[in-house]
Amino acid sequence: MRKVAIIGVGCTKVDDHWGKSLRNLFADAALKALEDAGVERVDSLYVGNMSSGFLQAQEHLGALMADSIGMPGIPAVKVEAACASGGAAFHEGFKAVVSGLADLVLVGGVEKMTDTLTPHVSSAMIMAEDQEYTAYTGVTFVGLNALIHRLYMETFKAKPEEIAMFPVVDHQHAVNNPFAQFQSTITVDRVLKSPFVADPLHILECAGIGDGAAAAILCPLEKAKDFTDTPIEVAASTVATDTLSLHERDNLLTFAASQRAANSAYEMAKIRQSDVDVLEVHDAFSILGPLSLEDLGFVKKGEGAKFTMEGQTAIGGKLPTNTFGGLKARGHPVGATGVYQIVELTWQLRGEAGKNQVNGAEIGMAQNIGGIGATVTVHILRRVK
Amino acid sequence: MFVKPAKEVGIAGYGVYFPIYRIKAAEIARIWGRVGEKLPTEEKAVSAPDEDTITIAVEAARYALKRAQIDPRELGAVYVGTESNPYAVKPCGTIVAEAIGTAPTIATADYEFACKAGTEAFQTTIGLVGSGMIKYGMVIGADTAQGRPADELEYTAACGGAAFIFGLKSDETIAYIEGTYSFVTDMPDFWRRDLQPYPRHTGRFTGDPSYFRHIVSAGKGLMQELNLKPDDFSYAVFHQPNTRYPIEVGEQLGFPFDKVKPGLLVPMIGNVYAGSSPCGLAAILDVAKPGERILMVSYGSGAGSDAFSFVVQEAIERKRNLAPSVASLIARKRYIDYAFYARYRGKILF
Amino acid sequence: MLRVPRYWREIPYRYRLIGNKCKNCSKIYFPPKQRCRVCGSKELEAINLPRQGRLITYTVIRSPPSGYEKYAPYIVGIIELEGGIRILSQIVDCDPAEITIGMEVEAAFRRVIEQGEAGVIEYGYKFRPVIRS
Repeated sequence: MRKVAIIGVGCTKVDDHWGKSLRNLFADAALKALEDAGVERVDSLYVGNMSSGFLQAQEHLGALMADSIGMPGIPAVKVEAACASGGAAFHEGFKAVVSGLADLVLVGGVEKMTDTLTPHVSSAMIMAEDQEYTAYTGVTFVGLNALIHRLYMETFKAKPEEIAMFPVVDHQHAVNNPFAQFQSTITVDRVLKSPFVADPLHILECAGIGDGAAAAILCPLEKAKDFTDTPIEVAASTVATDTLSLHERDNLLTFAASQRAANSAYEMAKIRQSDVDVLEVHDAFSILGPLSLEDLGFVKKGEGAKFTMEGQTAIGGKLPTNTFGGLKARGHPVGATGVYQIVELTWQLRGEAGKNQVNGAEIGMAQNIGGIGATVTVHILRRVK
Repeated sequence: MFVKPAKEVGIAGYGVYFPIYRIKAAEIARIWGRVGEKLPTEEKAVSAPDEDTITIAVEAARYALKRAQIDPRELGAVYVGTESNPYAVKPCGTIVAEAIGTAPTIATADYEFACKAGTEAFQTTIGLVGSGMIKYGMVIGADTAQGRPADELEYTAACGGAAFIFGLKSDETIAYIEGTYSFVTDMPDFWRRDLQPYPRHTGRFTGDPSYFRHIVSAGKGLMQELNLKPDDFSYAVFHQPNTRYPIEVGEQLGFPFDKVKPGLLVPMIGNVYAGSSPCGLAAILDVAKPGERILMVSYGSGAGSDAFSFVVQEAIERKRNLAPSVASLIARKRYIDYAFYARYRGKILF
Repeated sequence: MLRVPRYWREIPYRYRLIGNKCKNCSKIYFPPKQRCRVCGSKELEAINLPRQGRLITYTVIRSPPSGYEKYAPYIVGIIELEGGIRILSQIVDCDPAEITIGMEVEAAFRRVIEQGEAGVIEYGYKFRPVIRS
């Protein structure tokens, strides 16, 4: 099987981009990535996005975005897997190159969420959940995660401050990320004093609403050195799913899809957890940080919060995680997040992470979650020596 | 009208439901500056924002089915009597029937006759059962009555309902009907025009010529037809618009207070309109002994009264505990203040 | 959003808590499925789920989705019904301060949302602390 490499990346800041539309955001990121790769044209395009239809009344993003970057005519489709749309789109791009069908592929994720009021965004986000049987109860996406948060604390006797540490570390890392939505630090105390959105989740434990786009250019590994001195190999790209609704699962505190996708990825890349130098996890809500560390196999079930509390996820710790701020501080324009993770890992593995550099980082891993763990994508990237 | 059906009809099951919320009459008085006056109730039941006549009817219906111990598919009719249908046009009955799991081969309709809408449907259902047209029929009287702010009726207009299942008299029925008698005249004592949010009433005109005249006429008429006297009855329950009226009308008909007290719910839950006398009847069935006789006379503004005579049967002893009693539903309560009351009853514009 | 036929399709399980059960291996599903994920059978029959259970986790929704604003704040929880099947539902008639994990709750019939001022009223199950006799 062919190997795949990333030869260019680019992204916008996550922000309230009042003056930019979906296509503007996408084009900003895509054109940066094309420039970074030194590429004028690609063979095909995959667009990750969750809610363009509901929030912007715009579908058909494949064709729209191909046109917006001056390449109408190329194969282009939108890929949707709720908040894992970015990771899923990247997986499709990976498949196109791995299969030999395409030599230069642009993958971009974009989301425009800020034009409307919060209840409307809540309605959009709960579309990741079963609309016929669960969503109509009035539960929100924050609420679903709050159900896990409470049960986690009950089951493992974890303390709210241990879980709240995860977004605090995110913010520390985002201070040096000019693309991050929030670039100032927060404290555990401030997190726990912030208002409840859905008890026991406080607002500072939840990723905010923001617009953004991120893009990456893929090509076969054997051709990568034609474009860049620092190609990054996509050593693994996997997707797994689970029952759509949380209550249907045997275990409410484990995302089986994370485990499945991760285990397939470790096998594909021929690595173990201990080989991972830098990690991106999908912490849309604080509890997902510790939970993901556990489900990806880095710590035992129930010990994720303590691991974070010990400082092990900070740059300089055992497992630097979310080194550019993660979903909480860098931001979470939902369909774009999976590609932001790829962009940030690429910077780390190239040695371009500036003040956030993890020294000698060779292997990075990104986990992107859709819905309440109903889709999980895992990517493992490796510096090419 | 006097009805003694061709075959004897009994009550197969009954159920009652009140929302959990209560507001004290004194709290309402506080808002309007009527402190220190005697008020028509102590407190009343208030529906939550996600409750309405239909949800109350379904809860009462489910409890009635529990006591009747029948399969809902054996019901041949479901009638809902109310003056607070959530829809102006769409029957409550179909939603209630679907919720409790009846077969589609039923008759259903909504009845409207102010506070006697439920007992109207009693008569129809007794007729359908007694004539052999259906095996079992369910009637629900329920309301989420709206009280006009600052008006006298604000203290009493309340939310609640009762469901009764009728079948042919048997060893399984908990009480049987000896007869029913109605007295109806055109009486403009209380009405609501279309699109008006609150009804209008005529003060003291709703008393002697309206409430008292119709209840007394129906009650006396029934007792005459059945050759019975007040002494033959252990209980008397009347429509309960406030605490004083049912006690007084009882006296006028010859019933002392201790026969009226077991069915007198209005001080604790207010006037639940089409559910009023049916809920009172249920409270009596919770305590009555086999062989005892009960008089029920409803009253609906507009106006009319339906009088019924029930005789309790043995089966009451083993069936009454199959669902929560009226007393336990009254005791299940949570007080709210006027602000929450205004919010819950939709008096705040969004 | 006019979605009347869809609401009508959902009536049986919203009103009567109907799931389905694999005739072959007895696994119970809510939502119902057309193929059993345990044994692969396509023979599944509709069943009435138990109407009582215990609460295993809950939250209080304070930032509701569009249309639910007038009901907020409200409690949502996962309930384990008798027999083990789980369901997600609002919990009503109680204060968040009184909720305990493990408390016994029963199904009630309530309004869920209105499709606007002039639209259809949607009803469905919610759970409440058990009313004892």
